[in-house]
Amino acid sequence: MSDTKILLYILVTATVTLILRILPFILFKENAPTPKIITDLGKYLPYAIMAMLVVYCLKDVTPLSYPYGIPELISVAAVVLLHIWKRNTLLSIAIGTVCYMLLVQLIF
Amino acid sequence: MTKKFFKTVILNTLPVMTGYLVLGFGFGVLMSDKGIGIFWSFLASLIIYAGSMQFVLVNLITSGAGLIATAVTTLMVNARHLFYGISMVDKYKKTGRKKPYLMFALTDETYSLVCTGDTPSGINTHKYQFFVSLFNHIYWVTGSLLGATFGQVIALNTKGIDFCMTALFVTIFVEQWLTSSNKFPALTGLIVSAGCLFLFGKNIFLIPSMAIILIVLIVPRLNVKGEKK
Repeated sequence: MSDTKILLYILVTATVTLILRILPFILFKENAPTPKIITDLGKYLPYAIMAMLVVYCLKDVTPLSYPYGIPELISVAAVVLLHIWKRNTLLSIAIGTVCYMLLVQLIF
Repeated sequence: MTKKFFKTVILNTLPVMTGYLVLGFGFGVLMSDKGIGIFWSFLASLIIYAGSMQFVLVNLITSGAGLIATAVTTLMVNARHLFYGISMVDKYKKTGRKKPYLMFALTDETYSLVCTGDTPSGINTHKYQFFVSLFNHIYWVTGSLLGATFGQVIALNTKGIDFCMTALFVTIFVEQWLTSSNKFPALTGLIVSAGCLFLFGKNIFLIPSMAIILIVLIVPRLNVKGEKK
């Protein structure tokens, strides 16, 4: 693998990613008033996106074959319940992650 | 720039620190496993700065997929970043010299920390957004460098630790759910993306999900009035 080739692969990936990240800001300029539809989307999209990201993180779960998504189900449930109960972000994440690690390392 | 400011930034980015150090480490290890030098791991994490895509990139490089296939794959895997931009257009206005960097550094995790536009009280919002972005970037690059350098030496059983990213998103989702009066956007996101995952499979479901979420949120816009309390 030549260095030039590796560099080109990295540059292409970086460029496409950058374009995707800045495109909305180029389309909707700083000094022009933002169209109402975009302001609205700015308000509602974060809720929908966060749900989408959760699904995205769980996309490799296999509900129909071993371990049937059980470690994920238990750990996500733990995070949700703990967060509703204590409302402490770091605590929910820490306990949820430890719970998941124990499950996949020791049980499943 | 007080101590309190940085303490807040570090505390709020702690979950991302854990995740990025570990996942970045994994990326560095994978790169050096494939015989790709430390500098390339560093460069990739510095200028691409998109976790899952960098893992895919290692495969693309080693299989010799070609630059066009790489561009198309990046487009598919990272199209979700368009969404982040759209929802930050307004919130990143008037950020001045910080703006180019804020736009570049908008990863999933950074987005999840800045998307609501809320900042801990007494803290300058734009400065907070900037340093959250910067710190996350530093964690990611550091993790990659460590992995590329020491990957073969250290063997810790960290299996499952990447769940901290899932837990971060779940926590934010629950927090948003509890504080918003209108559950429609959250439910839309959940049902549409789960449905698309089922219908289209895990490789391409994000694209149809995004299209349908946009349509559902735009079309009956008059019914959607879920301001935050």
